Amino acid sequence: MKNSIVYLYLFVVTLNYSCAQDAENKANTPSDIPFSEELLIDGLQIPWAMAFLPDNSMLITEKSGSLIHFKDGIKTTVANVPQVYARGQGGLMDIVLHPDYQNNGWIYMTYASEEGEEKGGHTALMRARLKDNSLYDNELLYKASPNTTKGQHFGSRIVFDNDGYLYFSIGERGARDENPQDITRDGGKIYRLKDDGSIPEDNPFIGNENAKTAIYSYGHRNPQGLVKHPETGAIWDHEHGPRGGDEINIIRKGANYGWPLITYGINYSGTPITDKTEMEGMEQPIHYWVPSIAPSGMAFVTSDKYKDWKGSLLVGSLSFQYLERLTLDGTKVTNREKLLENMGRVRDVRQGPDGLIYVAIEGKGIFKLIPKS
Amino acid sequence: MRKPILTFLTLLLGMAHIVGQNPDLPSSIQRGSELYADFCVTCHLPNGEGVPFAFPPLAKSDYLIKNRAASIKGIKYGNEGEMIVNGITYNSAMAPMGLDDEEIADVMNFILNSWGNSSNDPVTIEEVRAITE
Repeated sequence: MKNSIVYLYLFVVTLNYSCAQDAENKANTPSDIPFSEELLIDGLQIPWAMAFLPDNSMLITEKSGSLIHFKDGIKTTVANVPQVYARGQGGLMDIVLHPDYQNNGWIYMTYASEEGEEKGGHTALMRARLKDNSLYDNELLYKASPNTTKGQHFGSRIVFDNDGYLYFSIGERGARDENPQDITRDGGKIYRLKDDGSIPEDNPFIGNENAKTAIYSYGHRNPQGLVKHPETGAIWDHEHGPRGGDEINIIRKGANYGWPLITYGINYSGTPITDKTEMEGMEQPIHYWVPSIAPSGMAFVTSDKYKDWKGSLLVGSLSFQYLERLTLDGTKVTNREKLLENMGRVRDVRQGPDGLIYVAIEGKGIFKLIPKS
Repeated sequence: MRKPILTFLTLLLGMAHIVGQNPDLPSSIQRGSELYADFCVTCHLPNGEGVPFAFPPLAKSDYLIKNRAASIKGIKYGNEGEMIVNGITYNSAMAPMGLDDEEIADVMNFILNSWGNSSNDPVTIEEVRAITE
C-alpha cells in the first residue's frame, strides 16, 4: 500500500517534469487591439515572403513563381527569376536581403527546383542582384537531391545570424522515415552556409562519412519559420507537426530535433506515429501547438509601436487563419493571442525597417498594421 | 464441347460490359487516394470533412456533385473567390497543385467515390484535358 502511494507520487512528479509546457495551451482573443490593418498591396494569390529594400520599396514572392517589386504603389513583375517546380506545397518561397545589402546588393531566395536528373523537384537556394526590375548575377548556392514528385514539405525559410552565416530550412519532402534522421540525405534539416554558398569549416558534420556537410541540425519536419532572436542572436525555428505537434525550437549546432521518433502529434488519420514525446539525445521544443495551427512566417517585435508588444513573437496560422502573438518570458511562452481572425491563411509576417508589422495573407495581399495612437 | 465455351465467353464479355463500364476505375481510385494523402489531406482532412468557413468539405459536398467541371478546373488551375458549399460561404484561395491530367482524374475519382460520395461516371484524362482556364 505504502509502496503504491510512493509510486503514484513518483509518477505524478515524473509527469510534471516531462511536460515541457503547461496543460493550458489556448489562444485568447484580445479586447484591446493596438492597431488597425490597412491593405497595402492587393491582388496577390499566395504571397509567400516579403523583403524591404532601402528605397522603401518591397519585394514579394508569389508561390506560383513570380517575384513582384512594389514601388510607389505600383506592382512590377521582376524578370529572370529561376523556373520553379510549382507542385503541391512547392514553388517560389523565401526572400531575404544580405545583411550588407547596401554595399553588395545580394538577394537570397529559396524555391522548389527541378534541377537534377530525377523526375520531380527539391528545394534550392540561390542569390542574385536586382537592377531595372530584372535579376542578374544569378548563382545557385544549394540544391537538395534527389528530386521527388511528392508534394509536401519543401520548407523553406532563410535567415542570417550575427556572424554573417546563412541558415535555411528544407522540409522532409514527405519521406519521414528516410530523410530527417539521416544526415547523408537532404530534407528535414536546417543548413548553414557562408554567404557565398561555401560550407563553413566548423559545420557539425564535416568529417562524417557521406554526410551532407551543409547540415547544421536535423530531425525536422517542415520548418516554415526561421528568425534570429533580437537579443541573444540565437536562431529560432517553428515547424509544422503532423496532426498536432507544431513546434518552436531553438536551433543548436549538430542537434537532433527528433522527427519522427518523437513528436507531440499523430497521423492525419488519427493513428499514432510514436508513443514518445522525448528521447535522450533529442531536443525538446520550447513550445508546441496541439491542435496544429500550421505555422508559417515568424517575426520578433523589436519596435515599441504597439504598446506592450516589444519582445513578443508573431506567427502566421494557415489552418486557423489568424496571426498569433506569443508573449515570452525568456524562452517560455506565457500567453497566446489571436489577431486578424478570419481574414485568410496568414503566410508571412515581418517587421519592416519602419518598425511596423507587415502581414501576407493568401488570396488577399499584404497588410500593414497601423498603430493606434 | 465448343458450344459451352462459346456461351461462356459470350457471358463473360457481357458481364464485363455490365459490371466494368470502366475497368480502370478501382485502380484510378487507388492512385487517387495516394495523391489525396499527399496533396489534399492537410486542408480537406482525412474524411473529406474540411473545416467550416475555412476549407470546404468534399464529403457529401453539394458543390462537388453539382459542379463537376468547376471542381476539376479548381484542382487544375486553382480556386479563388466565394464559393457556397452545403450552405456555408467560403472565400479562401486554393493554389493549383501542379498535378497532371491523369493525376487530377485519379484524385477526382477518389473524392467522388469516398466518404458517402459515389459516382458511376468516372472522370477521364480526356475530360480533364478538355477543361481550360
